[in-house]
Amino acid sequence: MLVWSRSGRMLIWAAFALVFGVLFLAPLAVILLSSLADQWNGVLPSGLTFEHYTDVAQGAAWKAVKASLITGFLASALALVSGTWAALALRIQDATLARVLGVLFFIPSAVPSVSVGLGLLVAFSHPPLLLNGTIAIVMVAHFVLISAFTFGNVSAGLARLSPDFEQVASSLGARPAYRLWHVTLPLLAPYLVAAFGLSFALSMGELGATVMVYPPGWVTLPVSIFSLTDRGDVFAGAALTIILVAATLVLLLGLERLAGRQTR
Amino acid sequence: MSVPAFTGSNVMDVDAAKIRGAGSNVHFDKVSVAYGAHVVLHPLTLDIAPGEILAMIGPSGSGKTTALRAVAGFVRPASGRIRIGATDVTDLPPYERGLGMVVQNYALFPHMRVEDNVAFGLRAQGADKALIGERVKDSLATVGMSGFSKRYPRELSGGQQQRVAIARALAVRPRVLLLDEPLSALDAQIRRNMVEEIAKLHRDLPGLTILYVTHDQTEALTLADKIAIMRDGRVSSHGPTTELYRRPPNRFTAEFLGRANLLPVTVAEGAAGPKGLAKAKLGDAVLAGAGRSEKPGDRTLLCIRPQHLSLTGDEEHTNRIVGTLKEVHWQGELTHLVLDVDGTPVRVSATRLPVSLPERGSAMPLFFTPGDTSLVPEDVRG
Ligand SMILES: Nc1ncnc2c1ncn2[C@@H]1O[C@H](COP(=O)(O)OP(=O)(O)O)[C@@H](O)[C@H]1O
Ligand SMILES: [Mg+2]
Repeated sequence: MLVWSRSGRMLIWAAFALVFGVLFLAPLAVILLSSLADQWNGVLPSGLTFEHYTDVAQGAAWKAVKASLITGFLASALALVSGTWAALALRIQDATLARVLGVLFFIPSAVPSVSVGLGLLVAFSHPPLLLNGTIAIVMVAHFVLISAFTFGNVSAGLARLSPDFEQVASSLGARPAYRLWHVTLPLLAPYLVAAFGLSFALSMGELGATVMVYPPGWVTLPVSIFSLTDRGDVFAGAALTIILVAATLVLLLGLERLAGRQTR
Repeated sequence: MSVPAFTGSNVMDVDAAKIRGAGSNVHFDKVSVAYGAHVVLHPLTLDIAPGEILAMIGPSGSGKTTALRAVAGFVRPASGRIRIGATDVTDLPPYERGLGMVVQNYALFPHMRVEDNVAFGLRAQGADKALIGERVKDSLATVGMSGFSKRYPRELSGGQQQRVAIARALAVRPRVLLLDEPLSALDAQIRRNMVEEIAKLHRDLPGLTILYVTHDQTEALTLADKIAIMRDGRVSSHGPTTELYRRPPNRFTAEFLGRANLLPVTVAEGAAGPKGLAKAKLGDAVLAGAGRSEKPGDRTLLCIRPQHLSLTGDEEHTNRIVGTLKEVHWQGELTHLVLDVDGTPVRVSATRLPVSLPERGSAMPLFFTPGDTSLVPEDVRG
């Protein structure tokens, strides 16, 4: 603590609570309230109801949850494998090449996601790679957008790993594959779990690129929310948003526990 | 928690018999290492005999770790060959070299229990279960850590972690044990105990060849059969420990190993007689000491250790110099004095002081025996 006086500390907490409350909690609270609102014309809703939830549950909500979870899981798993592989492979390249490739990996995150979606649409609308209108193109879009983060997370983990562990393992007779499986990957586990969680959360919330490429039968949660609110059904959109937030939270907390067990 | 000692010889007898004679010699044949254009190890030729402890000692950055890692296979020599036993290992990957390595920060695998850490090498090599179980037990017993096999590394103290790291290296029955500053991360008290225990370990496993890298001269003097002193990527001197200490071949060795006093002198008479004593002049004083092949008129250095300087003369302490008393530091069992002798600071470690010391700034004689004195050539390079 840099501030010792009691009043000073109170002031800092108040400022923190204000910023946190206004920027983070207020929008969420409004969404939560609208998802439960019967009518909302004044300052507060005129009545509360679960109707929006039952509505979306009867509608496409579960299909959207399923599409989002499957997309998130597959894209994150793919990103985890390839990001880890890339980070491990780049480590043994010479430093300049590793840095250049590392930067290249991050380009998709600097481009607006809508443009990434558009690019994929144009690129994969012709044979031999005709992905337009398939579920695969959604996966590819998500993969492209999140793999940079997996790569970044795993690289950061690798950079913190003392080379001593792997060298001692080698000198004791462990071949590269054995060493990777029994030493490097277990030591990286916390970073791998974190990378997977971050990718999953990003994928669950992805809209820009998905909107460009999604096929009719594969409407993700953000896309449904977008189309519901676009149609003026704000309350249903809010209910779906709360479902999205809840699903993501449950997932992240689960991963957190897993990571906690890994690092014990 | 008390620090258990390495276990006694009854456990060891079986084990030692298996290891005895298993040690290999290590041969550096003109091995050089460079990072880009920066040469960090100049062509190094050095032999470590089977069962020998060679301490490689030198200031930080002198290339000790580089030499050790070249043996382990993590640094590729720019030129030269490295042989372990009859095998030329220069082109072998680390995992085919059959070594054990212990590093400064232990590097125990944090996700494995002590027993799994110790079993790691054998499992990696695909040894069978019964053998692994037996070796893990033996190795942990050797380092006195039998009671800790189910613990995780983070549940152990630094000294205990280092024991486990040594057990892990021993479990694979290495041809050579490589230790890179294994005690530097421990505090002074535990370090002293560990030095003694490593010495005991080697008495129990006399066939084990050890390359021991350190910057600490006490560790080297206590443990090593031979010492190689490194300086700027070269071996400054190499020889049996006691000989290197008694007759340092150059200034750097004399100063690095035991902080000797070195007085510039002029040779008066070359080495002669059964003891090979030469005579040298320091101002008016004529001093006797072990010589090499100095000739009268040569300018050289007279080497005398702080603990060999006496404040009182007798029939043995026949060398006599006079200096000006500059500083007195009392440290309980020892008193350190610093005198100025013809512009050279001379350190004295005295166990007993005369009833009254002269005032600071006044002249004071020092006495020493020719047998404790040797002539040391000035370093050729800077
Ligand atoms: N990977 C590396 N790249 C470039 N220079 C290095 C590398 N490793 C060590 N060096 C240099 O080699 C020299 C010797 O290092 P090292 O063998 O670690 O010394 P010591 O173990 O005696 O302290 C130092 O000057 C160090 O800066
Ligand atoms: Mg070093």
